[in-house]
Amino acid sequence: MNGRIKRLRDQTLTAIPEISIERGSLLTEFYQSGRSEQVSVPVARALAFKYLLEHKTICINSDELIVGERGPAPKETPTYPEICTHSIADLEILDTRTKIPFRVSNEVKKTQKHFINPFWRGRAMRDRIMAEVDEDWKNAYAAGVFTEFMEQRAPGHTVCDDKIYLKGMLDFQQDIQDSLDKLDFSNDPQALDKREELQAMSIAAEALISFANRHADLAEQLAVAETDPVRQAELENIIKICRKIPAHKPESFYEALQYYWFVHLGVITELNTWDSFNPGRLDQHLLPFYLQGLEDDSLTEESARELLQAFWIKFNNQPAPPKVGITAKESNTYTDFCLINLGGLTAQGQDATNELSFLILDVIEEMRLLQPSSMVQISKKSPDKLLKRALQIIKTGYGQPSLFNTDAIVAELVRQGKLIQDARTGGASGCVEVGAFGKEAYILTGYFNIPKILEITLNNGYDQQTDKQIGLETGKPEDYQNFDDLYSAFESQLQHFINIKLKGNLIIERLWAKYLPAPFMSILIDDCITTGIDYNAGGARYNSSYIQGVGLGTITDSLSAIKFHVFDHQNLTMSELLEILSADFENTPDMRSKLIDKTPRFGNDNDYADELAIRVFESFFQAVDGKPNTKGGHFRINLLPTTSHIYFGSVIGATPDGRQAGKPLSEGISPVQGADRKGPTAVLKSAGKLDHIRTGGTLLNQKFSPQLMADETGITKVADLIRSYFRLDGHHIQFNVVTADTLKKAQKNPAEHCDLIVRVAGYSDYFVDLTEELQNEIIRRTEHELS
Amino acid sequence: MFFKGCPLNCWWCHNPESRGSEIEELTINDRSRKQNDSSSIPETVGRLVSVSEIMEEVKKDWIFYDQSGGGITISGGEPLLQPDFLIELLTACRKEEITTAIDTSGYAKIEILERLFGLVDYYLYDLKLMDDDLHSKNTGVSNQSIIHNLTWLAEEGEKVIVRVPLIPNITDTKENLKAIARYVNSLESDIGVDLLPFNLLAKDKFHRFKLPNKLMKMQTQAPDKIERMVDHFQTLGIPVTIGG
Repeated sequence: MNGRIKRLRDQTLTAIPEISIERGSLLTEFYQSGRSEQVSVPVARALAFKYLLEHKTICINSDELIVGERGPAPKETPTYPEICTHSIADLEILDTRTKIPFRVSNEVKKTQKHFINPFWRGRAMRDRIMAEVDEDWKNAYAAGVFTEFMEQRAPGHTVCDDKIYLKGMLDFQQDIQDSLDKLDFSNDPQALDKREELQAMSIAAEALISFANRHADLAEQLAVAETDPVRQAELENIIKICRKIPAHKPESFYEALQYYWFVHLGVITELNTWDSFNPGRLDQHLLPFYLQGLEDDSLTEESARELLQAFWIKFNNQPAPPKVGITAKESNTYTDFCLINLGGLTAQGQDATNELSFLILDVIEEMRLLQPSSMVQISKKSPDKLLKRALQIIKTGYGQPSLFNTDAIVAELVRQGKLIQDARTGGASGCVEVGAFGKEAYILTGYFNIPKILEITLNNGYDQQTDKQIGLETGKPEDYQNFDDLYSAFESQLQHFINIKLKGNLIIERLWAKYLPAPFMSILIDDCITTGIDYNAGGARYNSSYIQGVGLGTITDSLSAIKFHVFDHQNLTMSELLEILSADFENTPDMRSKLIDKTPRFGNDNDYADELAIRVFESFFQAVDGKPNTKGGHFRINLLPTTSHIYFGSVIGATPDGRQAGKPLSEGISPVQGADRKGPTAVLKSAGKLDHIRTGGTLLNQKFSPQLMADETGITKVADLIRSYFRLDGHHIQFNVVTADTLKKAQKNPAEHCDLIVRVAGYSDYFVDLTEELQNEIIRRTEHELS
Repeated sequence: MFFKGCPLNCWWCHNPESRGSEIEELTINDRSRKQNDSSSIPETVGRLVSVSEIMEEVKKDWIFYDQSGGGITISGGEPLLQPDFLIELLTACRKEEITTAIDTSGYAKIEILERLFGLVDYYLYDLKLMDDDLHSKNTGVSNQSIIHNLTWLAEEGEKVIVRVPLIPNITDTKENLKAIARYVNSLESDIGVDLLPFNLLAKDKFHRFKLPNKLMKMQTQAPDKIERMVDHFQTLGIPVTIGG
């Protein structure tokens, strides 16, 4: 990297995340002015968006090529009081917690207390949600049966397609006008709502244009003061670009990147969407600009590389908005889950790998930043060269890129009823979640603690942690005659709690549609403009809502332990088991060893255990899949944890698989940490027995020592392993390539290992930023060796 | 797949649990709870299996063989010690179109190799010492049949990779490696050589099996030393890999 990129990279690496009160204050000012009361909700939201973009501090860092920050400066992170109004106690926690802190100045605390909170209390989405959900929901939530994604962050989970490279905001305004012109007030009962929504979109489009112009204005001032003629010329270029895009469509590589960046800032300023937003299939979108630039000599490979590097740094300047409480526990990271997709297929089903796929991989390798995250889509048509190039980067231990099976992604999306072209131009975002990019709202609604359901079942519906009867009375486990009795009780409890979650979701979806529409996001996702319906209200072409299952390995091994030891071999009685569990194995270490060592466990290609995993998968699938959401779409499942397996483990006592009380659950579809004793092929075989195609994404973590991929032969072996897993329809696999020794050293001397990035679960994070439990877990994950 | 029982008695053996032909009871440290306690649990080494049981295990990895061109590697101990069972297993693999490799000391009657003809895709053939006296002294057996068998396999055009464990000052001497290189070069078909640097991965086993202390004092060969060893082979045009 050149000197400029190095300086900008250092800036982003050393910047300290800090709470900026600017957005919160501006938003409060706007809503207090009374202007919002004279207009409809969507128009008020759009005007608020415009007010933010027209009044926020504009930042152009010295030497920058791609401009624009969400906050007043890099890593200054806004709050969203209309969604979650932070108490002063929250802010103090953010300021002082050892992991993922945000600096909070006294000034900020004062403004929060005296200006922001008095206005938003009771109006914020979080308050509305807690007022609307019922006791059953609150009890289950408090017990840690599930989490709730929408209580602190907005429904996001979508990705940009190619439309912004084909149209400017003025073109979108024309499309909006066309839709307005077509409204039929005589026959369409929703015509008024649609008019308001469409007008809101148009205001939002205008807001983004003025935001870009404000950057041009600042660049003009900077250019006047600039003494270096080289930088002056760069600023002149920035002025030209910001005056052109996003009003008009981009016509060069540089303009395309800057345009996307303004759109990105628009989305993450309008709301704090989950999985921020991301450019998706970047190597596809940029290719025409790249080739044209090389052709007409306006671009070289080197200048393209520099622009991409500058673009990368912008993502890292925007930490995920601060989360508190349970939401912080389920996803405690600065990463905001921008997952750039490379490779894959074209709309017509051809291999999409191109020269930019490789150039972007170079950038990923060299930048080694936490954000954006990246992945490579491997289809059966992808060249080995792409997979091997990805592995060469993975083996450097940086946790990126992760690897996805395009053929599975396409099959998953098509099973849900999508057009195959929309499926092929889609991919995965966030951790591993599939979506039809630019055309789908695929909302993750919360993690679901499957092992907790077994604990509640074994206690006849009673939750010992919260000391409440929260489940059904499915009978005393001592009375079960056989394993099937137990399983059907478990299944009834599962459906019971899924129903509670679904009931809550339907309420929460409507609250968002009603109170916090997203007119700017709606411009970007088909077919919101055509239908005149907001992204949060079902305007997207496809609308999916997900519940994410957690702890598959733990539940499988626990059920297997009961089936094997209590029913099949009668090594102990049910009441003995319950007693051992309630004592957390105290005084029974031998029995614990037996449960750990003699139980057939998931991850060993052992059908006894794996069939139980399949059975749980089916029960979970049947409980959720196909249930209607409020947007004309359906509920779906996926299997991923982010960091919720730690939180979920903390609310469960000892489990029959030998896991001690409070310890983490297994993550994703990975086996329980250390339960896989037969090497990676057996893990892949076990994981491959699940029907990935009926999910919207599964997450499999594998940890390898770096020696494994030391040479070409090693890389080829791992490539074959991955291709084999993908032939089994495996959805995704990721690698932590680092030695346990290194991790232990990092744990002892964090200062010397600040840059150590490891794959956590669907995302990478700085090892030293992880909680001690999570650090220990990553150390424990089996280090596989292929011989 | 490791067969139990070996006719050789190499004092540096890394697979001591495969040496005896009997099923053995051992005590091992429990891997999963290593951090918090030192409890140890008994483990049985070796079991009686049928070919169909093995094939069931082998077929679990079918998809990986298809993808990589890999297959089953039969090692030991010494697989040639159980020829009838071996042939039955190899025949079953042939039927299922699974690639087979045999990792052998080569110490067997030629008739056994003749019976295997056509059933084995690759031989990983250990060659330790060319000097017969040294061979006898260090492994307990003469190398005559080993060399004779290897020559025969080469004549028959079988795919063979010669593997040389580099035991410091025993097998890694210039004289020995040069002699191996000359011999391999004289064989009728093109045969590659894997040089296997010394390592102490099996350290923990050594304690349990009460293996010689002198092993513990040995160290792996330095990279530049290995480079010089590779030269002995490359100058004769023999392809060499390190490890393997």
